[in-house]
Amino acid sequence: MGEKNCMDEKVSNEMQELLKNYTKEKSNLIQILNEVQEKYGYIPKQAQVEISNYLSIPMAEIYGVITFYSRFTLEPKGKYNISVCLGTACFVKGSQALLDRLKERLKIEEGQTTPDGKFSIDATRCVGACGLAPVFTVNNEVYGKATVKKLDEVLDEYMKKED
Amino acid sequence: MDENLVALTIDDKEVKVKQGTTILQAAKQANIDIPTLCFLKDINEVGDCRMCIVEVDGRKGFATSCIQKVEEGMVVHTHSPAVMEARRVILDLILSNHHRDCLTCTRNGNCELQALAMKFNVQHVEFEGEMTEHKIDDKSPAIVRDFNKCILCRRCVAACKNVQQIGAIDCINRGFESCISTVGDNSLNDVNCTFCGQCIEACPTGALKEKEYIKDVWRNLKDPDVYTVVQTAPAVRVALGEEFGMPIGTNVTGKMVSALKSLGFDRVFDTNTGADLTIMEEANEFVERFKNQDCLPMITSCSPGWVRFAEKNYPDLLGHLSSCKSPHQMFGAMVKSYYAKKYNIDPKKICMVSVMPCIAKKYECQREEMEVDGVRDVDYVITTRELSRMIKQANIEFTQLEDDVFDEPMGEATGAGAIFGTTGGVMEAALRTAADTLEGKDLPQFEYTAVRGGKGRKETTVEIAGKKIKAVVVSGLSNARKVMDEIREGKADYQFVEIMACPGGCVMGGGQPIKSSKIRSEVDVRKLRADALYTIDEKSVIRKSHESPVMKQMYAEFLQKPGSEIAHKYLHTHYTPKKLYDI
Amino acid sequence: MKTLEEIHQIREQKRKELDLRVNTAADTREKHILVCRGTGCTSSKSPDIIANFRKIIEEKGIQNVRVIQTGCFGLCAKGPIVIIRPEDTFYAMVTPDDCREIIEKHIEKGEIVERLLCKDVDNTMVNRLDELNFYKKQKRIALKNCGIIDPEQIDEYIAFDGYKALEQVLTQMTPDEVINEVSESGLRGRGGAGFPTGRKWLFTKQAEGDQKYVVCNADEGDPGAFMDRSILEGDPHSVLEAMEIAGYSIGADKGYIYVRAEYPIAVQRLRVAIDQARDYGLLGKNIFGTDFSFDIEIRLGAGAFVCGEETALLESIEGRRGQPRVKPPYPANSGLWGKPTLINNVETYANITRIILNGAKWYASIGTEKSKGTKVFALGGNVNNIGLVEVPMGTTLREIVFDIGGGIPNGREFKAAQTGGPSGGCIPKEHLDTPIDYESLSSIGSMMGSGGLIVMDDSKCMVNISKFYLDFTVSESCGKCTPCRIGTKRMLEILDRMCEGKADEDDLYKLEKLALNIKKSAICGLGQTAPNPVLSTLKYFRDEYMEHIKYKKCRAGQCKALANIEIDPEKCKGCGICKRNCPVNAITGEPRQPHKIDPDVCIKCGTCVDKCPFKAIKK
Repeated sequence: MGEKNCMDEKVSNEMQELLKNYTKEKSNLIQILNEVQEKYGYIPKQAQVEISNYLSIPMAEIYGVITFYSRFTLEPKGKYNISVCLGTACFVKGSQALLDRLKERLKIEEGQTTPDGKFSIDATRCVGACGLAPVFTVNNEVYGKATVKKLDEVLDEYMKKED
Repeated sequence: MDENLVALTIDDKEVKVKQGTTILQAAKQANIDIPTLCFLKDINEVGDCRMCIVEVDGRKGFATSCIQKVEEGMVVHTHSPAVMEARRVILDLILSNHHRDCLTCTRNGNCELQALAMKFNVQHVEFEGEMTEHKIDDKSPAIVRDFNKCILCRRCVAACKNVQQIGAIDCINRGFESCISTVGDNSLNDVNCTFCGQCIEACPTGALKEKEYIKDVWRNLKDPDVYTVVQTAPAVRVALGEEFGMPIGTNVTGKMVSALKSLGFDRVFDTNTGADLTIMEEANEFVERFKNQDCLPMITSCSPGWVRFAEKNYPDLLGHLSSCKSPHQMFGAMVKSYYAKKYNIDPKKICMVSVMPCIAKKYECQREEMEVDGVRDVDYVITTRELSRMIKQANIEFTQLEDDVFDEPMGEATGAGAIFGTTGGVMEAALRTAADTLEGKDLPQFEYTAVRGGKGRKETTVEIAGKKIKAVVVSGLSNARKVMDEIREGKADYQFVEIMACPGGCVMGGGQPIKSSKIRSEVDVRKLRADALYTIDEKSVIRKSHESPVMKQMYAEFLQKPGSEIAHKYLHTHYTPKKLYDI
Repeated sequence: MKTLEEIHQIREQKRKELDLRVNTAADTREKHILVCRGTGCTSSKSPDIIANFRKIIEEKGIQNVRVIQTGCFGLCAKGPIVIIRPEDTFYAMVTPDDCREIIEKHIEKGEIVERLLCKDVDNTMVNRLDELNFYKKQKRIALKNCGIIDPEQIDEYIAFDGYKALEQVLTQMTPDEVINEVSESGLRGRGGAGFPTGRKWLFTKQAEGDQKYVVCNADEGDPGAFMDRSILEGDPHSVLEAMEIAGYSIGADKGYIYVRAEYPIAVQRLRVAIDQARDYGLLGKNIFGTDFSFDIEIRLGAGAFVCGEETALLESIEGRRGQPRVKPPYPANSGLWGKPTLINNVETYANITRIILNGAKWYASIGTEKSKGTKVFALGGNVNNIGLVEVPMGTTLREIVFDIGGGIPNGREFKAAQTGGPSGGCIPKEHLDTPIDYESLSSIGSMMGSGGLIVMDDSKCMVNISKFYLDFTVSESCGKCTPCRIGTKRMLEILDRMCEGKADEDDLYKLEKLALNIKKSAICGLGQTAPNPVLSTLKYFRDEYMEHIKYKKCRAGQCKALANIEIDPEKCKGCGICKRNCPVNAITGEPRQPHKIDPDVCIKCGTCVDKCPFKAIKK
């Protein structure tokens, strides 16, 4: 409990700094959330409280905005966030099989994180590397012309690193 | 003059309407009733549900009749085969993701979705599929949310966010997973909800409803050891008849009393008397504060939704609130003290039931402050709607009842008490008494018409005993917020402020009979109910609270004088700052 | 702040300096090594290539060689791409390790590094970019500067006539004349619907309002479309300049660019471009000393396809959920904060400066009767040359797929081309000769869309493809209106049943009924077009649907529940490649003996089918 309050206070202080760069116009909401998402990897509850106070927007509305845009998340992502591109170019070249395989191996669904917090899966729409289709990324590393086998190898590597 | 008129054809009828009229309104003028679901006049005009689509010659898609304006020469078809099919598909889709347990739903018989299903004679749902699942939120003492019945019309969101400017609920997620929720799907109990219940009034289905306490009331009524006392708020009597098919604004006081007696209550009292008591105390408090220029403006405190709003949003200004309890709490406290003593009844054996037009009063009566010496002021609050259900359950032919009168000795109320049920009523009643007190005489002019009417904010300046008193009356929490901000910023120069949480006051409370979108767009429900209250006032022999013989007797026998120590013990309360979100 | 004079000087001087970028006979001793820093090449390490080049050049103390980052050259499949100017040598699939060889051989000795040259589809070696068939039928207007200039250097943009159109408009033309020019050019919106751009400008100009806005829709969301991103990455100033011209024409002094946060490079380039333009006084107060002031702000999207719909985009700029508004009123009359607002997409803007400088007549001479100019397509899927292509309107699908795209790889057959993304449709073989323009595409049940063009070979199941698009729509539906929120979900459920072999003929009837009614009753473009992929595949590939329903068969073998992967023992040579490649070890067999697949273990991923050198495995 104490630890949590301490964390809340830290976020509060950081948020007050961050918010200084914005006017109180409501239209800044999404820009602020983008910055918070970048900063923390998710949108902490305490950040929502601060934004609500600052912009005078009810928390339910902020929550509605967060849950509308897929870039915003309410929980931290895994240490390794694996995104499989499901853009059409990649799909046509078999990226669905990559996603299925990933879900099978990590035993989580897209948008979820493994219980140990190590891996999370995302299905994204076009990372812009259509020339390399099908593509998956681990954090910011792009793996192009991927196959199920290649995915397995990459995954094994990361798992070994963590053991 | 004709320049402002637009001629168009709707279903082969020539119609001429004012420029700026929507297709829906224009059709109405031609006696064509286009079905709607998400539409709620002036509150939610967004075109989400698509029920109101019509075909317009020369346009590719359908037009949204609740939003789109008429144009010269427009040819509209409201029931062409294409529209009919699309409308059926849409209705079918809505039903396919709706818990269709109509027989066991509060809104059975008064549901706009059900009415449409009936209209289209839906025999089975064609497009069955996965349904969204939601847990029911019944943690709060006032409101139950069952979003398995939600059809995403968003009328509740508009009522909460736009009308009341609270925003306790909003649309979250997207696509099929969209739903109406609070922040983090917490209970309404733990967020910024004020329990005004305007969302319930807005809901076309059974997704939002009051927390029902009928079972508890029945149990007490049937318990021979319990002395059951009921009181009814002013606004209930001008709305209850609607639940039995009577015109909006019918005053059914006599039948209501008669029905309550038939239900088996040992005593049937009038909250109007409680209102008179509130005026005695509040007018006195105001006079004192006015004389001493102490924490002005003074703000009324009889609307518990407003009080919860103030505690959550203006903790720094709580000193401005009158310390008076609301009328039914005062009255409950009096029943369990003064009345109990007088008739030698054990207060612990009294079950005090309040019939209220209000949802927040369910919460208010459970507030920890609302008891004296371990005795709760009020045990249960039921709404106008719940009372109508009890009457029906007791097989009472309400419309056939003979009139009856409230029980003595706390039955006879003044006209001032009656108008408590509408915006401006508390102010007017208080001014009647305060003016007489300050002037020291029985003033012949006591109607303050400037504070009457449905406007959200009304101001008046009255001159009493050579001094000017500037008063403002607001209803609806968005208006309350504006006034409170002005007070906070030192921009307000009022001495007296009346605030009611619900737009229009208690007659439009969250516990009143629910009127469909169609009725709300055709009739001014508030005006009809409020007018009935003013008629009661006009016809009353005594129209000032301090002239009531009941008041005189209570003060003589028990309370001594307004603001006395004993009055404070039973009739006053205090407020505590509350967290806006307790999550 | 630069004066008009100074801008002219920069233009003249820089243009001379950069002649080698566009002129193989340029009179210079300099060499420029251009490295693509578009998203595609960047993700295959082109920043490391740039760093390596610079390191080696410094180490060797070589003079007169500059390494330049550019936007996308177009042929993404061959990335990372390096081009040496002025000779215009084109190196493909370069790795950071190749840099030394290029410097030592090409730059120092003037020898071409042959192993890094690109082979065309017909196996001929190609020295120069424009020798590729890929480029022969293209005409670059919107992409004119992409791959030529360094997008982060405003001077390079100015060198190639940058901000000249703005100068011309502000100093010589009235707003009406500008709008007239745009109208006469015949330019139509490149975002999909193809509304005449000039008319949009005119309506916004005529709308009453004290404040007006210019918005650039850079929320490119079609999965598989990336032309807007490439323009922003390769030539950001062309969009800024066009927005200013639009602002002058309609009477606005404020612009917003709504761009996906998922496009970090584009956002970065825009930021740099705006800063540089402000520095030069090309954005801000009293531009070129005239009364005209204009500034631009960037707004980031946050991952919602529906925000590409113009009214949803406005909601999002205002800070809310991207839920579309009912139209009319159109943004031209009531847009941002209720004010008249002009919204065009990136590619539309990218054409404006060219139209002003070269004249409406020139532009209108390109394309077809009703669709003028060029269109950029993101060519992808089962086609040899994946990348960005810009072709005159009226080019046929066949020319794009076979001449430019180089046809279908792996000896497979063309089955369909999909245009318009989730809003468009699948075009079958029999319509390959359709000229690409707005009207022709919609007459065959598809649409221009923003320019995704995905080629599918005969290994693709069309029921599965329409399921893919519906799945996209369902997860991107905003949830505001009933038909889209629940209707598309029900359609997806039916398609799911079909692919699982659990559908009956009644389902087909329901699917069609839903599709037709959603099309007419949804609020916005997303919902109204969501059924298109289903309707178009139903139109051209109905027999495949029937096979799924009646015979529980998927001829392409893509629907796993209906698929059965078997090894033909006659053809299997027992080489073991399938066994080694199987991710789940479902294949057993002794060397040189026919292998077997355990159907209980097999996840039907199809890897073995693709890997078998003897085509012995069939779905």
